[in-house]
Amino acid sequence: MTGRVEGAVATAFHEEWGRVVATLIRMTGDWDLAEESAQEAFARALERWPDDGVPRRPGAWLTTTARNHALTRIRRGRTENAKLKELGTMTGPREPPWRSDPSGVADDRLRLIFTCCHPALPMEARVALTLRTLLGLTTGEIARAFLVAEPAMAQRLVRAKRKIRDARIPYRVPPAHLLPERTTSVLGVVYLLFNEGYAATEGPDPMRVDLCAEAIRLARVLHALMPDEPEATGLLALLLLQHSRRAARQDAAGDLIPLEDQDRERWDHAAITEGTALLDDALRRGEPGPYQVQAAIAACHATARTPGETDWPQIAALYGRLIELNPSPVVRLNRAVAVAMADGPEAGLALLHDLEEGLAGYHLLPATRADLLRRLDRREEAAAAYREALDLARTAPDRRYLARRLDDLRRAD
Amino acid sequence: MRYMMLICGVESDEMPADVFAKLEADTGEWVEEMDGRGVRLFGHRLRPVDTATTVRTRDGETLLSDGPFAETKEQILGFDLIECADLEEALEVASGHPCAEAGTIEVRPLWEE
Repeated sequence: MTGRVEGAVATAFHEEWGRVVATLIRMTGDWDLAEESAQEAFARALERWPDDGVPRRPGAWLTTTARNHALTRIRRGRTENAKLKELGTMTGPREPPWRSDPSGVADDRLRLIFTCCHPALPMEARVALTLRTLLGLTTGEIARAFLVAEPAMAQRLVRAKRKIRDARIPYRVPPAHLLPERTTSVLGVVYLLFNEGYAATEGPDPMRVDLCAEAIRLARVLHALMPDEPEATGLLALLLLQHSRRAARQDAAGDLIPLEDQDRERWDHAAITEGTALLDDALRRGEPGPYQVQAAIAACHATARTPGETDWPQIAALYGRLIELNPSPVVRLNRAVAVAMADGPEAGLALLHDLEEGLAGYHLLPATRADLLRRLDRREEAAAAYREALDLARTAPDRRYLARRLDDLRRAD
Repeated sequence: MRYMMLICGVESDEMPADVFAKLEADTGEWVEEMDGRGVRLFGHRLRPVDTATTVRTRDGETLLSDGPFAETKEQILGFDLIECADLEEALEVASGHPCAEAGTIEVRPLWEE
């Protein structure tokens, strides 16, 4: 019985934390009080639900309990910042109706997301604040996720909340003319979180499955809150497709296994099915964006039963489209790889020449050149390029991979 | 809520005369618009940094030095005090200032309780 109630509280925490905090921030204007009240509500639930039973609408129960706690605190005058705003609907007159919600009232979690991801806040604070307030991760959990000391992470959160309050970053969905740019900023936070897990830049592990899972959770919330935003759908599709390979991406030693050598039976086929279905939905709207195109590329890989079945001409064309949307040198490098697979290594090599300047110091440029030279059997040049890449690679698994390639080349002689 | 806009950039004598003339005219238009909206409370262009004197008092002794607070290429050229609903509006006002195109504008809330 107790276990069942604890399970119900845990589920409610997972599903309702962000909603309770978001609503309490709107009601009180005080971020710390909102978090404290939400915590109090969940503590009450653990006390009361075993005797009273799990309420029919746990979210409503939790929000009411949190609100009552906040009210008590404010009446006692023990809070520094809160001025209780009208309880009930406090949609500011300047806030436009949210386009995908026929009621015209935005979900509080949208206000919360747009405020947490406001460009006036530093990027790392945006991620941390979103994880804390929307997903309910503790400061300690976020600190561990980003491999920083807990006091430093606490400080980062305090500063961000202080700036929101003191510089008065508004708690609302941005007006229509700012919405596309701000939505990009919100999606960018989720993408950054996922990438930190997918290809960790720090720490001993080349990937961090927990971070990827939190990013997907966040992407699901965004997709649910912005059903009319095809890029939100595209982002969720992309993350599901990338994450579907997690069980096949690492060998026993913890090294990354290249796509063509992965055991495709170990891919998460349910995630692939969901990802491709979401992508189809998004593309049907006819408003392609960078996340949808990247998801389409990921889908080409995910749906090829063998490496040989991969539709490289299609992937090369998609990268061409991606360059139009996001002309970054890394995207151009990826296109060169795809072109090499579709039209041969010579064609790929020709495209690498223009990238030297934009990607100076990036180990994947010489590593790619080395692979193409190896396939052309220009071994000495290939070996020199592998050595160049080894000098630039920073993580241990990357270095081991390159060293192995260099070794294979020597042995072939 | 009141915000201070610190207008930073290169001094006018480091830009071509026609560029400066346009900047001055555009700034005049911005001032007129923001005064009209009731957003701008006060503001001014400052004399160049070679007219600046920096003052420090240490152990009761006053130390004067010629020049600005920080020797950087971009300097504070002027300021505007604005009254806005929130940071969003302040940023919108600041991004419309002609100096935002070539220079930098720092927007900071006044320390008000």
